[in-house]
Amino acid sequence: MALPDSGPSARGLLRFLTCGSVDDGKSSLIGRLLFEARAIMDDQMAKLDRDSRKHGTTGAAPDLALLVDGLQAEREQGITIDVAYRFFGTPRRKFIVADTPGHEQYTRNMATGASTADLAIILVDARKRLLPQTFRHSRIAALLGIRHVVLAVNKMDLVGYDQAVFEAIRAAYAPLAQGLGFRSVESIPVSALNGCNIAGAPASTMPWYQGVTLLPYLETVDITPAAPGPFRMPVQHVIRVAPDFRGYAGTIAGGTVAPGDSVVVLPSGRASRVGRIVTMAGDLPRAGAGQAVTLTLADDVDIARGDLLASAESPPEFADQLAADLVWMAETPLLPGRRYLLRVGTSETGVAITALKHEIDIATGEPRAARALAMNAIGRVTLGLDRAIPFDPYESCRETGGFILIDRESGDVLAAGMIRHALRRASNIAWQGFSVDRAARARLKGHQGAAIWFTGLSGSGKSTLADRLDRALVREGCHTYVLDGDNIRHGLNRDLGFTEADRVENIRRVAEVARLFVDAGLIVIVSFISPFRADRAMARSLFEPGRFFEVFVDTPLEECERRDPKGLYAKARAGKLPNFTGIDQPYEPPETPELRIMTGELSPEAGAERLLGLLRGGGILP
Amino acid sequence: MSTRRAMAEDSAPVSDLDLLEAESIHILREVAAQFANPVLLYSIGKDSSVLLHLAMKAFYPAPPPFPLLHVDTGWKFREMIAFRDRRARELGLRLLVHINPEGLARGINPLDHGSALHTDIMKTQGLRQALDAHRFDAAIGGARRDEEAVRAKERVFSLRAPGHGWEPRRQRPELWRLYNGRMAQGETMRVFPLSNWTELDVWRYIAREGIPVVPLYFARPRPVVERNGLLLMVDDDRLRIGPEEIVRERMVRFRTLGCYPLTGAIVSEAATLEAIIAEMAESRSSERQGRAIDHDQSGSMEKKKREGYF
Repeated sequence: MALPDSGPSARGLLRFLTCGSVDDGKSSLIGRLLFEARAIMDDQMAKLDRDSRKHGTTGAAPDLALLVDGLQAEREQGITIDVAYRFFGTPRRKFIVADTPGHEQYTRNMATGASTADLAIILVDARKRLLPQTFRHSRIAALLGIRHVVLAVNKMDLVGYDQAVFEAIRAAYAPLAQGLGFRSVESIPVSALNGCNIAGAPASTMPWYQGVTLLPYLETVDITPAAPGPFRMPVQHVIRVAPDFRGYAGTIAGGTVAPGDSVVVLPSGRASRVGRIVTMAGDLPRAGAGQAVTLTLADDVDIARGDLLASAESPPEFADQLAADLVWMAETPLLPGRRYLLRVGTSETGVAITALKHEIDIATGEPRAARALAMNAIGRVTLGLDRAIPFDPYESCRETGGFILIDRESGDVLAAGMIRHALRRASNIAWQGFSVDRAARARLKGHQGAAIWFTGLSGSGKSTLADRLDRALVREGCHTYVLDGDNIRHGLNRDLGFTEADRVENIRRVAEVARLFVDAGLIVIVSFISPFRADRAMARSLFEPGRFFEVFVDTPLEECERRDPKGLYAKARAGKLPNFTGIDQPYEPPETPELRIMTGELSPEAGAERLLGLLRGGGILP
Repeated sequence: MSTRRAMAEDSAPVSDLDLLEAESIHILREVAAQFANPVLLYSIGKDSSVLLHLAMKAFYPAPPPFPLLHVDTGWKFREMIAFRDRRARELGLRLLVHINPEGLARGINPLDHGSALHTDIMKTQGLRQALDAHRFDAAIGGARRDEEAVRAKERVFSLRAPGHGWEPRRQRPELWRLYNGRMAQGETMRVFPLSNWTELDVWRYIAREGIPVVPLYFARPRPVVERNGLLLMVDDDRLRIGPEEIVRERMVRFRTLGCYPLTGAIVSEAATLEAIIAEMAESRSSERQGRAIDHDQSGSMEKKKREGYF
C-alpha cells in the first residue's frame, strides 16, 4: 500500500459518526467496515472468536460487534456507554469513527462525537422503519453542524432484501432531511451481518440497487465547505525567544492567512499585519483552516492567550449578550441565574444563563416551556457574559461559535453550546474605527487622552478649578472637554433624582461618557460631587492605569456652607432638599487621590498649575 | 518540503498526516498554556519519538516548555538507554530519569516476579512516585486509541483522581478543539496528543519527517530465545538461559519496545522504514501482540489504568 503523504493524490481524512442503537446493528456495521478495510488483525480475530463464544449473539460466526465494545462492564451488559473512537484506512482516506451509543445518554455522547465529525451515518433497522430516535439523531447531527448524512437502512436480510421497504424508508426520511438543511443525503440499503453493500460492487442480493456502496461512498464524498470563510485564529500560546522573537501560536479556525494580510486583534481591537508564518520546516507563504501555525505581526502589539486574530476586512461579531443552544451534559440540571465559565476558542469568560427561553423537543424539534434543563436536554438560552467576546455564529465557524460551560469549582464540563446570534449588538461597533488607534489620535492631538476627576462637597470649588484647568490646557493647545454635574443633569441625566440608586447611575453614565471622550483622545475634566468611594472606584476601573486622575477638592464643610454659592445648603438645612451631601448624606473622602487641593491655601490658578505639572509627569502632556 | 509546498498551494492541510500533526501540536500547546508544571513522558519508543518531534515543532523556535521524564525499570534494552541519552543531549532538553527505589531495593524483576508485579511496581508505582515527587500537574504520553479496546474510549485530556486512579465515569466530554485542563485540588491530568494516530500513521510520519528511532525497530540478526511463545532477545546475561533453551541468531525486529524480557521480537527482513511500512500494510497481527502484560488477564488494560497505569 503506497501512500503518498502530499500532493494531489495524498490520502485524505474523514471523521464520521455512527448513530443508532445496539439493536440497529450499529456495532456490527462498524465491525464490518473495519473487517472490509482489513483493519482487523489475526490476533484480534482470534480474540474475537474466543469472545464471541463467551458473549456473542451470532452463534458460530464471529460477532463483529464485539470488536467495537470497550470496557469490561459494558461488555458484560451488552451496551456501550461512551464515545469510542475507531480508526481504519484505505489508500484514499483515513477514517476516524466516533462510535456513540444509542441508549439513554445518547444526546450528550452524540453531541460530543458530532462536534468534530464531517458526516453522520444514521442507521435504521429496515424492519422498524423510522423511529423517534432516527429523528433525534438527525436533529442532533444538524444542531452540531453536520452537513452530510448517510441513511444506512440495515438488516435488509431480515425483510427479504425488499426494494419497497427501502424506498418507503428513503421517502419518509426526505422531508426530515430537507427541513434540517443537510447538504447531502445518501441512502444505502445494507446488511452489516452479511456484508451486503458495505464495500465493493453492489450486492447480488439486491440487484435493484445499483448505487454506490458504503465504503466507496465514504472514500469519495466531498466534504469541503462551500466557502472557506474569513480568517480566524484563537491565540493559544505566545512564543518568545530572546532577544526579540515574539510569535503567536494557534490553530487556524477559519479562512486562510498570508504574510502582509491585515488582521485585527480582539477584544483589544488593535490592527496590524501578518509578518511571518513560522514553522520548524521553514516559513510558509500561506496557511489555512486546521493548520497549527505560529504567526508574527508587523507591529509590536500586546497579545495574550485568549485573544483572537481575525481578518480586518471581515472581523467577527462582538457582544456580551448571546442567544445560544445548549446541550446539557451534567447530572445537576441547568438553573437560570447560575454562574459558570464559558470557554470558546482559547478564551474563558464568566457567564450567567440569564434566561432559559425554551427547551427543544429533540424528537419533534418543537420548542416547549421549561424552567430547568436536565442531563441530555437541549434548550435555547440567553447568555450574559462578564465582558464582550468576539465570536461567529456556529453555522459560520464551529471553532469560534462552539463553546463549553465549565463548573467553577469542580472544573467539570457541564454543557456544550452553539452561539446562534448576538442579542445586544451595541458593542458590535466597538472594534469599528479601531484601525485608527489611540497612538494615531495622540499623534494628531499632540497629547494623550485622560480623565481628571474632581470630587468634593457642593461649593468646594470644583467648577472653578475645572474652569481654570480647562483654560490653561486650551492655552497649551490641548483638546479638552468639561463634564459638569449640573450641566449633565439638565440633559443626559435629567431622568435621575438624588436617591442613592440614582446617584450611582448618575456616576456610571458620566464615567462611561468620560471614557468615550478619552478614547477619542480628549482630556476630560469631570466635576462631580461623587460622594461614594465605590462609585469613584468603578469610574476608575473603566480606564487604563495612568489615564484617570482623582483630584480631591478639599474644602471643609463649614467653609462650603459659608460660601453656599447656589443657596443649596440653606435649603437643605431647612429640610427642603433631602439627600444632600454633607447634611443628611455622607461624603466619603478619597483615601489615595492623585492630588489633593486645599482651596483655603491655594488659589484656583495655582491649583491649575499643580494639575498641569501632574499631567506632564504622567505623560499625558508632552 | 514537498508537503509544505502542496499545503501552501491549497492553503489547507491536504493529507491525513498534516491533519494529525496539526491536531497533536494544538494539544501540546494547550498543555503548555493550561498547566503550571507539565512533563512529557518519554518512553524511548517510536511513539515517544514522534511526540518529541511534535513538541519541537509546536514551540519552535523556542524549545518545548517542559522536561522529559523516563520511568526506567532497569530492564530496558541497552540500545534504548543509549538512544535516550543521545537524543536528550542532541536536542538540549532536560531529561529526568526515575527508577522506583523500593522496587530496586527489593530486586523486583520480570523474571522472578512475573510481568504483572514487575509492571505494577516498576512502571505504575514508579510513575506515580516521579509525578508526585516533582509535583507535575500534567503528564503527556504517547498512547494511541488504536492500541487497545479500552484506550479507544480514552480522552485526550484524561483526568486522574488524587492518587492517579482513572475513573471512567468521571471523564469529561471533549468537544471541538476545546480541551479542559481545569482540575480540583490533588487531581492531575494525563494528556495523549497521539490519540487519533494509528501505528501505520506513526511509521509513515517517521518516514516523512526523518525522525530518528531506536535501531531495534529495524531487522538485524540478533540473539534470541523462544520463551512462552515470545521471541526474547538476549540483551544481557540476566536473562538466565534454561537447559532446554537454545539461543539462536535470527533476523528479527521489534514492533514495540519495553522491558526486554517482556517484549517479543518478530521475525522480519524489514531493515528500512519503507520495508517496515510495507510489512505493516501486509501485517495480520496487532502491535501489542508482543507485549506479555496485555495478556495476563482479560480486560487487564482497564484494570491497570484504574490503578494509574498509562
